[in-house]
Amino acid sequence: MLRALLLLVSVVAIAHAELCKPDAQNAFKVRISIKTALGDNAYAWDANEEYLFRAMVAFAMRRYSSKSTTQISNVLLCNVTDRVSFWFVVTDSSKNVTTVPGSEVEAAIRMNRNRINNAFLLSDKTLQFLKITSTLSPPVEPSTPVWIIVFGVVLCLIVAGIVFLIVSGIQKHKKKNKESTERENLEEKVEVTLENGIPCEALDLKAGHINGVFAAEDERFTSL
Amino acid sequence: MSQDLSATPETPKEDGRPEWDNKFQYILSCIGFAVGLGNVWRFPYLCQIHGGGVGSWMVSILVSLYYNTVLTWVMWYFINSFQEPLPWSVCPLNENRTGFNEECYESTAVNYFWYRKTLNITPDIAESGTFQWWLILCLAACWAIVYLCTIRGIETTGKAIYVTAIFPYLVLTIFLIQGLTLPGATEGLIYLFTPNLNTLKNPRVWLDAATQIFFSLSLAFGGLIAFASYNPTKNDCEKDAVTVAIVNSMTSLYASIPVFSVLGFKATTAYWDCLDRNIISIINEFDLPEESIMRQNYTSWISFLNSSYPEKIGGLNLKSCDLQEFLDQSVSGTGLAFIVFTQAIILMPGSQAWAILFFIMLFSLGLSSMFGNIEGVFTPLLELQIIPKSAPKELLSGIICLISFLIALCFTLRSGSYWIDIFDRYAGSVPLLVIAFFEVIGVVYIYKIKRFSEDVEWMTGRKLNLFWQITWRFISPLLLLIVFMAFVTLQMQKPPSYTAWNPKYEGFPMKEEKVYPPWVQAICVLLAALPCVCVPLVALFHLIKQKRRNKSPSFVPPEGFSCQGANSNSSHPKE
Repeated sequence: MLRALLLLVSVVAIAHAELCKPDAQNAFKVRISIKTALGDNAYAWDANEEYLFRAMVAFAMRRYSSKSTTQISNVLLCNVTDRVSFWFVVTDSSKNVTTVPGSEVEAAIRMNRNRINNAFLLSDKTLQFLKITSTLSPPVEPSTPVWIIVFGVVLCLIVAGIVFLIVSGIQKHKKKNKESTERENLEEKVEVTLENGIPCEALDLKAGHINGVFAAEDERFTSL
Repeated sequence: MSQDLSATPETPKEDGRPEWDNKFQYILSCIGFAVGLGNVWRFPYLCQIHGGGVGSWMVSILVSLYYNTVLTWVMWYFINSFQEPLPWSVCPLNENRTGFNEECYESTAVNYFWYRKTLNITPDIAESGTFQWWLILCLAACWAIVYLCTIRGIETTGKAIYVTAIFPYLVLTIFLIQGLTLPGATEGLIYLFTPNLNTLKNPRVWLDAATQIFFSLSLAFGGLIAFASYNPTKNDCEKDAVTVAIVNSMTSLYASIPVFSVLGFKATTAYWDCLDRNIISIINEFDLPEESIMRQNYTSWISFLNSSYPEKIGGLNLKSCDLQEFLDQSVSGTGLAFIVFTQAIILMPGSQAWAILFFIMLFSLGLSSMFGNIEGVFTPLLELQIIPKSAPKELLSGIICLISFLIALCFTLRSGSYWIDIFDRYAGSVPLLVIAFFEVIGVVYIYKIKRFSEDVEWMTGRKLNLFWQITWRFISPLLLLIVFMAFVTLQMQKPPSYTAWNPKYEGFPMKEEKVYPPWVQAICVLLAALPCVCVPLVALFHLIKQKRRNKSPSFVPPEGFSCQGANSNSSHPKE
């Protein structure tokens, strides 16, 4: 009895070794870069993390095929390196010693990629499933492109400036025309007298100086 | 000469000409005109790789057309700088969202944004493509700004120049402080200041230096003459000329420092990226733990692995990372501003603010130079009395801006940037040399330097220095002639070619070298020859007019220049 059990276990182990090895059929390589993602908060990759990984893959398979036949023991990991990288394959318990087709595994992983990433605090770039391409999310685009709004603001300012300058120019032109016609009428009647090249009107005659030599005291002159 | 002391600045003098509010406005305008985009993006490039009136008026027109299109690009980048993340920092996704857009992925996101999203460039100059509506909008806005600032000639530019001439210096200083704190800045500065004496033996270096200083000062455009004509007649023009020349050169040198700090930062970052990519390839291939190979011990690891597993290393196709090579990637002109600098800005913290500051600075630089160009177009039209004096200035400047906008629309086609390169190389180079040469010869040998010395003495109040006499009589004409000959010879050596952005080219993302088709070459020759040919043509015209007037005995021929086209300043100081 014991010998039969031992034989069974060894057969299963060998079968597992056959199923999960680098470049095996339906096997996928995973590469994890914890230090790049988390820096000082990096955790160490140990057997517990491996268990979590197998649980997540099993969860993904269950969600995808919605039949609850996949167990954690169905997910096999092998060739774990220091990098951290390893291969995994999902076995099918209903059929003996076979693996679930790679396309199914790929579709399941793609569907639940976000959940798997978050479980490990990693991203698409730091938790890489080689051969499984991820769907990239497009950048957020607002309904009106931002540049049109800025352009509108700039254009309004410019137009306001132009209108202001043109209107003030027209007003000044009208004022100048009115002033020049007034001055023309005035100049026709009055001849501008010049003193030393300065028109007399510009001089403030009231502030003119009285020359003390000539304007002596009034007592010298006899009053009329 | 009595002056009306109580006049407000807007009241023109007796002959109706406007005046600068104060001397500072005039100096700033000349500096702003001289200090342009070339000081920031052409002079540092050259450091890195070694060390007539109708004629002028035509050159001013041609340059105004394409110069404002460059400002259009600056404005487009400016209004796109208000987003997070900056649009030139990420590649857009392809159709089925499995990866990035192929053109963007093969080159860089910055290149993609410039060549595809901004220019939407065609692979060949002969394919014109359609108008790009976003560029048309920006072009309209730029011409509206130019109209706003030049609406009444120097009355408005004189005010605007305070901002547009001073602001670039502020921003350059801010970039200087920021640039010096970036990692790798010191490498860039060492690269800038380390002289490579071997390059002085190359005559190309001297030619480039001469052409740079000549074009940088914006001589022969007529713009400087136009600005100066608004000065009072007794003006110390000698001091002004020396001031503008010195400030222009100092600005170029000052601008090199932040530019090179940023370039050094960019080269260092690219070098680190190259190393990191190689390290990741090695770690993935050999399944080594993370952070076992760092940048510092990269070379020792590589030599060890190369000796033990040469085939594996060979299979990885590792790129050789050399900091010197990244520093040597020299770019000038639009490449420096829109590709290299934008890439560096993404790497800085607070990229939006830096981008906005940078593009406002470029816009101010270009705008103050545009004032000079527009004045170079505007003033001769007023002087030659083609336009009646009663027409309001607002209308004239509006018409000039509108016509220029309509013509410049052809630069918003998909092949527009190829045409701008043509204009820059042919309209903005050779004609200026020719016109400047004729100006010097005209003043010194035809107007006679004796008369000119007396004029200058009357204006400045002191005798003309021997230095000016020697340089104007012999050195300047000779140098101009040599530079012109060398320039033309070098252009003639190989058929004029251009580099095109072609995503289907095998060597993509390198640009494809193509030769101009014959009809384009004809246009190049036309652009270069047309302004030059005006000088002798107008001279001939004036000569014929004078001969005809001489035939009628009652008429006395007017004083003044007769064979300089419309370069002459008609308000002659002699009374």
